[in-house]
Amino acid sequence: MSDRSADILPVRQSMGGISDQLTGIPLRVPVGQRWLIAMLFASLLLLMLMVSVVVLFAEGVGIWGINIPVNWAFAIHNYVWWLGIGHAGTLISALLLLTQSDWRNSLNRFAETMTLFAVVCAGIYPVLHLGRPWYIYWMFPYPATMDVWPQFRSPLEWDIWAVLTYLTVSVAFWYTGLIPDLAAARDRATKRGWQIFFGVTSLGWRGSAAHWLRWSQAYRLTAGLAVPLVVSVHSEVSLLFAAGQIPGWHSTIFPPYFVLGAAFSGFAVVSIIAVSLRSWFGLYNLVTDDHLDVLGKVVLATGLMTAYGYVFEVFDALYSGDSHELQTLADRLTGAYAWAYWGAIIFNFVPLQALWWRGVRRTGWSLLLISVAVAIGMWLERYMILVTSLYRDFLVSSWSKFTPSFWDWSTYFGTIGLFLVPFLLAIRFIPLISIFETEELLHKEKEETHG
Amino acid sequence: MAERAYGLLAEFDSPEALTAAARKARDAGYQRLDAFTPFPVEGLARIMRMPRPTISRVGLIGGFGGGGFALLMQCYTNYSFPLNVGGRPLYPLSAFAVVMFELTILFSALSMIVAMLWQNGLPRLNFPLFGASRFHLATKDRFFLCVGAEDEKFDEEQTSAFLQQIGASSVESVPR
Repeated sequence: MSDRSADILPVRQSMGGISDQLTGIPLRVPVGQRWLIAMLFASLLLLMLMVSVVVLFAEGVGIWGINIPVNWAFAIHNYVWWLGIGHAGTLISALLLLTQSDWRNSLNRFAETMTLFAVVCAGIYPVLHLGRPWYIYWMFPYPATMDVWPQFRSPLEWDIWAVLTYLTVSVAFWYTGLIPDLAAARDRATKRGWQIFFGVTSLGWRGSAAHWLRWSQAYRLTAGLAVPLVVSVHSEVSLLFAAGQIPGWHSTIFPPYFVLGAAFSGFAVVSIIAVSLRSWFGLYNLVTDDHLDVLGKVVLATGLMTAYGYVFEVFDALYSGDSHELQTLADRLTGAYAWAYWGAIIFNFVPLQALWWRGVRRTGWSLLLISVAVAIGMWLERYMILVTSLYRDFLVSSWSKFTPSFWDWSTYFGTIGLFLVPFLLAIRFIPLISIFETEELLHKEKEETHG
Repeated sequence: MAERAYGLLAEFDSPEALTAAARKARDAGYQRLDAFTPFPVEGLARIMRMPRPTISRVGLIGGFGGGGFALLMQCYTNYSFPLNVGGRPLYPLSAFAVVMFELTILFSALSMIVAMLWQNGLPRLNFPLFGASRFHLATKDRFFLCVGAEDEKFDEEQTSAFLQQIGASSVESVPR
């Protein structure tokens, strides 16, 4: 990964220039109109979510298409999808920090920001799905008058601990990495309001050598903890499924299959954001074609690993010889929801093969289109895993179908607004690419060029 | 001396110049040295003889604390209200492992970040050096060396001349 022969950043730029360029994005308004249009669109989606949630709280989960065999559907399906997208941010940031991959530095900040808001979108779904969300505090161990406690032997209880831990650690890691850049923005700010905003949020950082020493140790160790955390969180999510005995879920392949699928969809969304942001803010000198090249390779690699999961899932069912497992497999391949299965295969793995070509990986729009296909494909995959396992239960008498209702869709598209609104605010108000890490890398590269 | 100075702040153009100057200042016998850089510069801490940070130890303690807390909490809830679910064991470590793992990481990460801020004396709103006229470049592309006024060898004129001599592009006296 750390290929020293070629520089990832063009060396013909100055450190001060990078600092001015990146702090300039929050401090000035270079792209006001496009940002406003995007914000308007995102706000409408968010408004739709709010309406959907109010109707949901007033009417109950009956407004969704869920029924008794298919009682999880959209809520859990989108929960898994959003959470999976979030994982790539942590992986890019933490794993590549530990392996000292230089190409991470231009991507980690917005990838981490993406993680935060994707986890928020994921996190609200199980709460909405509770039916009586005002009882959410029952998930926490508090001394209740009835002396009962949460059931710690159930994966449903593990879930809330895993997701809240993930959200908290992600916020803490993101903010720790942000402090030096907030200080940089503070020192560039000329307007009083910005000076106060960045002055307070940068916590008085002054770049002292003693501070950097402690900061580096804390940052690297937190990164070291974040990597197993990602694996544990999505493994735990897969245990929501695998710990039950539902055919199509009860399989040991699930934890790695889920984690790899999460990384796959997440890296695809990181590619979408990287391509969009660099054309939007003119960051071609920082997010280079080389960065897209590496991202394309990672999407291809994680995609092929996910494909292995598909193969093994089929093998697992055949090898078990269990009649219900075989029935579920047949339902997936040829049943009422076969379009979801084949749609997932086609969207996930067919356009993906174009990434074998270097030119495709290095072109913004082609990488963007393939990544959009992957995001759709992974969405179909999560749908397929949920619905095809549930709609034909063990008892023929309880077989049914699931059709998403209007409110299912409005809630789902609404969460895209819930993701985009804070994300757009974040790229507007904080340095969206890590300034000090980019400067550090540029300095290193210049040193190597000079010999 | 009406107002005692905080120290002298010397500006350098590159990390290499700063590192070289820090080494010379140390060799000249200055003890109260600190450097201010836009990004971590390797080797500076060693030159200035800064103690190894202890964040990792805090993280280890936090991790054990979190894991232990999670285990005790889960055992206690099952002890306090034992619930027989199909004859499954009341204290299964395999089922407790997930929450234990999560809280180990949570406590460890948060304790390290809090310890980092605590030991650095952050957050704080102001600091004498922020008054220096060129210090805002320490987060951009300039590298600063500060000799504290508490230093035994500190003498405003001599130290200033010394810093000029070792290559500082500007030297400024910072009031406390």
